[in-house]
Amino acid sequence: MNDTAEDEEDAMLKDITSMLTYFEKHRGNLIPILQSIQEKHRYLSPLALQMVARHLKVSSCDVYGVATFYNQFRFHPPGEHQIKACLGTACHVRGGDIILENFERKLDIKAGETTPDREFSIDRVACVGCCALAPVAIVDDTVYGHMAPSKVEGLILGFEIEKEREKRKKQSNESK
Amino acid sequence: MNQNSKKKLTKVFASIKTVADKRFKEIKRDDDQNILIGMATCGLASGAIEVKAAFEEAIAERKINAHIMPVGCLGHCYAEPLVLIEKPGFPPILYHNVTPGKARLLVKAFLEEGDPVFEHILGSMEENDIIPSVMEFQRFNQEKRIVMANSGLIDPEDIYHYIAKGGYSALVKALTLKPEKIINEIQESGLRGRGGAGFLTGKKWQLTRDVNEKDKFVICNADEGDPGAYMDRTLLESNPHQIIEGMAINAYAIGAEKAITYIRAEYPLAVKVTKKAIEQAKEIGLLGKGILGTDFNLDIVIFQGSGAFVCGEETALIQSIQGERGMPQPRPPYPSQRGLFGKPTIINNVKTFGSIPPILKKGAQWFRGVGTEKSPGTAIFSVVGNIVHAGLVEIPMGISLRSLIFDICGGIPEQKKFKAVQIGGPSGGCLPEHFLDTPIDFDSLTLAGAMMGSGGMVVMDEDTCMVDVARYFLDFTQKESCGKCTFCRIGTKHLLDILERIITGKGKEGDIELLERLSIDIKEGSLCGLGKTAPNPILTTIRYFRDEYEAHIREKRCPAMMCRALTAYYIDLDRCARGCDACVGSCPTEAIFTTKDRKKGIDQTLCVKCGECMTSCPVEYDAVIKVSPPELAPKIERPEEE
Repeated sequence: MNDTAEDEEDAMLKDITSMLTYFEKHRGNLIPILQSIQEKHRYLSPLALQMVARHLKVSSCDVYGVATFYNQFRFHPPGEHQIKACLGTACHVRGGDIILENFERKLDIKAGETTPDREFSIDRVACVGCCALAPVAIVDDTVYGHMAPSKVEGLILGFEIEKEREKRKKQSNESK
Repeated sequence: MNQNSKKKLTKVFASIKTVADKRFKEIKRDDDQNILIGMATCGLASGAIEVKAAFEEAIAERKINAHIMPVGCLGHCYAEPLVLIEKPGFPPILYHNVTPGKARLLVKAFLEEGDPVFEHILGSMEENDIIPSVMEFQRFNQEKRIVMANSGLIDPEDIYHYIAKGGYSALVKALTLKPEKIINEIQESGLRGRGGAGFLTGKKWQLTRDVNEKDKFVICNADEGDPGAYMDRTLLESNPHQIIEGMAINAYAIGAEKAITYIRAEYPLAVKVTKKAIEQAKEIGLLGKGILGTDFNLDIVIFQGSGAFVCGEETALIQSIQGERGMPQPRPPYPSQRGLFGKPTIINNVKTFGSIPPILKKGAQWFRGVGTEKSPGTAIFSVVGNIVHAGLVEIPMGISLRSLIFDICGGIPEQKKFKAVQIGGPSGGCLPEHFLDTPIDFDSLTLAGAMMGSGGMVVMDEDTCMVDVARYFLDFTQKESCGKCTFCRIGTKHLLDILERIITGKGKEGDIELLERLSIDIKEGSLCGLGKTAPNPILTTIRYFRDEYEAHIREKRCPAMMCRALTAYYIDLDRCARGCDACVGSCPTEAIFTTKDRKKGIDQTLCVKCGECMTSCPVEYDAVIKVSPPELAPKIERPEEE
């Protein structure tokens, strides 16, 4: 198990090395570099940050300082399904915190965390700009408007059923 | 510019325009049937993709000749997904809340058989004898669309649509004028920056033009971080070219050759659409080297903001483009003198750039004719919260809050009472009912204690707790404080702690006064707008809703019954029906149990106060009751398990 995780990290770092060659070595490129690494690999690992620092010839604490300043960057791998509960003003007025709480309770993790099986992670976001549909949650880039606690259960159940189905499909394929 | 090059310029553009007209006619032939589907973020969230698929399927199945066109946002978010159908012999008809089922019905009944299905119509877009026009609704006829004129009516991903509607002709006109003349025109129009502060745009341009420096920058600020505001995103998603045109005119006027559109990374669709728009403009020579055969060059690039609210502040925004932490810098020097990489930089809001092409096309005097004397033009608000017709509204400045909220946006749903309107996001204030006649313009709103801000407007009904609203905004600003100034960094944390204390029933006498004192100190001791305005929500709510604070502190009661620590739900046993299990199934924490005589009770220790049982209880019983303070709920014991 550990070996595969290490292999994965190795592959990722290799890929980042080749990505970095496309960026000119000037400071203004720092945020675009971090963004493109995260876009591809979904998070910024400590080693990745060090590589960026070396590429731009700045200290790694500088890179770390910039990366942690902005809400966009994450430093742990997210779950397979990323849940973002909107807590913008309109969502708040319409009970967005209750929706967030329901996700947290249902998955038994807090906002900013990932479930141990890496299936789900929850984040809180400040306004995705669909205020007319408040309260809103975003799951894997799909926006769900007019959320309710019962909808939360439905959503997660939907994913679980989907997973179960795939598992069964795999099994039946194997038995063939 | 001499006569010859002027002629050349007009000729080059005329040939582009001919192509555009031809292309547009091909797509939108008069004898053809067109289906326009609103596919900006709001539309997509309401299911526009499924609707589009249903239309495509039904058309193919029935072999109907119709063209489907994805368009941007009309601003009527409450009615999404919106579909506009153009059929020869009929006026263009707008359908609201279209579902895949309705889509299939429309194809069969309207496109095939010619019955416009009256029950699903919102209105027609033109005056006619058959179908009531949308202009009969105040939501439409009181609006004045200048910046949003083409939003929702053209395909944002096709530059020719914008050109066919008269786009980029303002840039052509600008290129024939002397830069001073353009700046003069903008100054005369009295246009004020739409980012919130309301500085005169023309004056800012003049300052930058006057700096003797070869490299200058133009930045479009689309780092819309206010929770509750999304008009910048919608504009970029619906008609990015109008913004690009405005930026190009600005760049020409001040002598810049590089421009940056700074868009939040949280707006992936806006980023994608804008990127495409820039590429298309470059392809046909409206951007890049030697624009339209002149010697004016301009490159526009996109920089994605990484989600820090403070980066909406111009000096912080510059820091972040330079690859630093987005911390505001002392001014002066202002960016218009020394900005990005030390060069003179114009930073304007999306809506400001969107106003530029119409001003150049129609003239400063025309623009002055709209709005008020000191705040000419239109304001775009995203009106959300407890409101019937939520969405984007573009109105002439000077309209009263009352007519915006009650006439144009339909008032408060479910016949609840209006309590307050929050304007200007975390920096703004909450205005109560007796301010409803305040005209909407920069100065009147500031005078009332709120501010124009970037245009987020959240309407709150009687069920909204003002203390909790203040806490909400403080929670936001406290998290977003960059940490540079001590008062902002530590002071907002203290404000938040006190508010937390109050809403959980642990407030003390003197807390209100402490909040007020600390607020004033934070305003004085902070460098940038974030800290200077962060206490505004507290100050205005204390000023106008002091009794609510007092009820929380003295009676441990939340008058609006919103603060969860101070409220409780219980089931009225006289009303509860035997054998009905509606609430049990709805409860996410299994807090609801059955009593000995088969009625229901709520276990207060498990209840999370989400209100689902209240929603699910059938109206004929209406047995779930909410009280504050929580001690008012009668105790019902859970029977022992047998």
